[in-house]
Amino acid sequence: MTLAELICPAGTPAALRTAVEAGADAVYCGFQNATNARNFPGLNFTPDELAEAVAHAHRHGTKVLLALNTYPPAGKFDLWRDAADLGARLGVDAMIVADMGVADYIARHHPQMRLHLSVQAAASSPEAIRYYCEHFGVKRVVLPRILTIPEIRQIRTEIPCEIETFIFGNHGLMVEGRCSLTNYLTGQSTNMDGVCSPASDVEYIRSADGSMASRLAGFTIDTFGPQEMAGYPTICKGRYIAPSQPDGYYAFEEPVSLNLSRLLPELIDAGVHAFKIEGRQRSKSYVRNVVRAFRQAVDDIRAGRHANMADLIALTEGQKQTQGAFETKKWR
Amino acid sequence: MTKLTLGPVAYHWSADMRRDFYARIADEAPIDDVYLGEVICSKRAPFQDHDLPATIERLQRAGKTVVISTLAEVMLKRERTATSDLAQMDSAEIEVNNAAGLYARGQRPHRVGPFMNAYNEATIAWMAGQGATHICLPPELPAPSIAIAAQTAQALGLGVEVQVFGRVSLAVSARCYHARAHGRSKDNCQFVCENDPDGMPLRTRDDAPILRVNGIQTQSESYLSLLPETTPLAADGVSHLRLMPQMVDMVAVAGLFRAVLDQHLPLTEAEHRLKTLCPDTGFSNGFYHGQAGYRRIANALTA
Repeated sequence: MTLAELICPAGTPAALRTAVEAGADAVYCGFQNATNARNFPGLNFTPDELAEAVAHAHRHGTKVLLALNTYPPAGKFDLWRDAADLGARLGVDAMIVADMGVADYIARHHPQMRLHLSVQAAASSPEAIRYYCEHFGVKRVVLPRILTIPEIRQIRTEIPCEIETFIFGNHGLMVEGRCSLTNYLTGQSTNMDGVCSPASDVEYIRSADGSMASRLAGFTIDTFGPQEMAGYPTICKGRYIAPSQPDGYYAFEEPVSLNLSRLLPELIDAGVHAFKIEGRQRSKSYVRNVVRAFRQAVDDIRAGRHANMADLIALTEGQKQTQGAFETKKWR
Repeated sequence: MTKLTLGPVAYHWSADMRRDFYARIADEAPIDDVYLGEVICSKRAPFQDHDLPATIERLQRAGKTVVISTLAEVMLKRERTATSDLAQMDSAEIEVNNAAGLYARGQRPHRVGPFMNAYNEATIAWMAGQGATHICLPPELPAPSIAIAAQTAQALGLGVEVQVFGRVSLAVSARCYHARAHGRSKDNCQFVCENDPDGMPLRTRDDAPILRVNGIQTQSESYLSLLPETTPLAADGVSHLRLMPQMVDMVAVAGLFRAVLDQHLPLTEAEHRLKTLCPDTGFSNGFYHGQAGYRRIANALTA
């Protein structure tokens, strides 16, 4: 059986300490700029905060992974280069990268640095994964959320690196690192700026009849009746009208979150090395509850005990949840 | 001289439509390079295989350079096999759209497609070192970055290409949204995408056109048009300008871009004619100007 590390989100220094305390094997975080894919206001670390965070985490035996997983546009590569140099100097345990130029830079200038391939690189076949392993020495791939467990089991036998999969949190359907929807509507890019459906462009407009429209950059992403709870206007989770769907439907995906707790034993058995909890934008209490529950479950499974999945399932109670691609390929 | 290229057809056009389309392109269009092959959906590819050799021959006879493009999304066995088979070919030029294709191609010469995320100097230099001869930049790259990327590519002896016409690819997925709109899954889609040769329109619930669905791909509702920007693009060192096939008179569209590049037609007149050729669709150029992609930024040149 593999180690089944728990990789936990740290959007802020406080969330990092919380995740460490709750039993994270590793935390992942980023700098306060476009070099990471959660470049949201109020999130992420200054260099001083990261230095402190690394020291704190290492005192508790927790690793720190630095997300450098966006795509530098030509002319701005220095920002990513400087972030990589700084991360290496501060002693992070690995860097999570997507761009080949960034990967190549780190492999050449910081050859001792462990590289993880971000889900933003969208490596969804053994050949694509091997490309990054052979050229940049990637030690772990974060798999896109589009593979079934038998497919993961198969890939495991065909690649020379560890596998990390998402297990809990936001469930995006678009191939990551290949989505310009946000830039098309708002002028801020997911790949280049680390921005997705930004809060600064969100409006909720109530009509006289009590219905509500949630809008992004002036586009209505969904509308809700007076009794419905209005959702956040994420473009790929909106309702639209198609010729065959005149009343509006979730054209891409329903606003569900991913919860693979039921599949945890099977994923461990399939040889997944590490489980990633999404949510650097989440609160401290969310991080505490989710990390604790998964810590307990993973430890139980590793010790051969029966894991109490009810707690994990309860974490998303009242919300719609999905096992996404992992259980069946019918969702495709 | 700046070349005009015709990108691979993104949609599931019937065999008849493709035959007629490429016959006209071969005979009439001032296009230098033509990209063929299925980039979006591996289920569609068998419908093209039969005619592909004849189409290649027809276009080459007309003096066009033919390039075969590979799939953007590679996950299933058939996608992996298709990608590696194309990458093994020695004869034709190949445009790679997925790292699985790069892996199979190794150091042999190849073009890098727009799905490969060549955003910056470091990545372009890396790719050049691995055998890339030509780079198509991502469509969301703004003008200052295009200029720097083009200089880098030029200095390395690479061709550099930018899309200047047609719907922009905004996202791809493992899920088929065409099948989903009809209550089907990808495995039993019954090729419903064939009914939408210019993409399936999505409107917001307050009835504003917003996006187009093409199988696993999501596209812009508007056609990108960088007709006014062709001159600065050429001046910045972009060697190839890509037109994406839409359900309009593409021979005429190519003629307008060529005429503007060659300064045979005033820009205002060319823009007017392009609008006449595409009466049902809005134009956008926001990405180039560093703004929301759907926007149409009036250019100083046309004022």
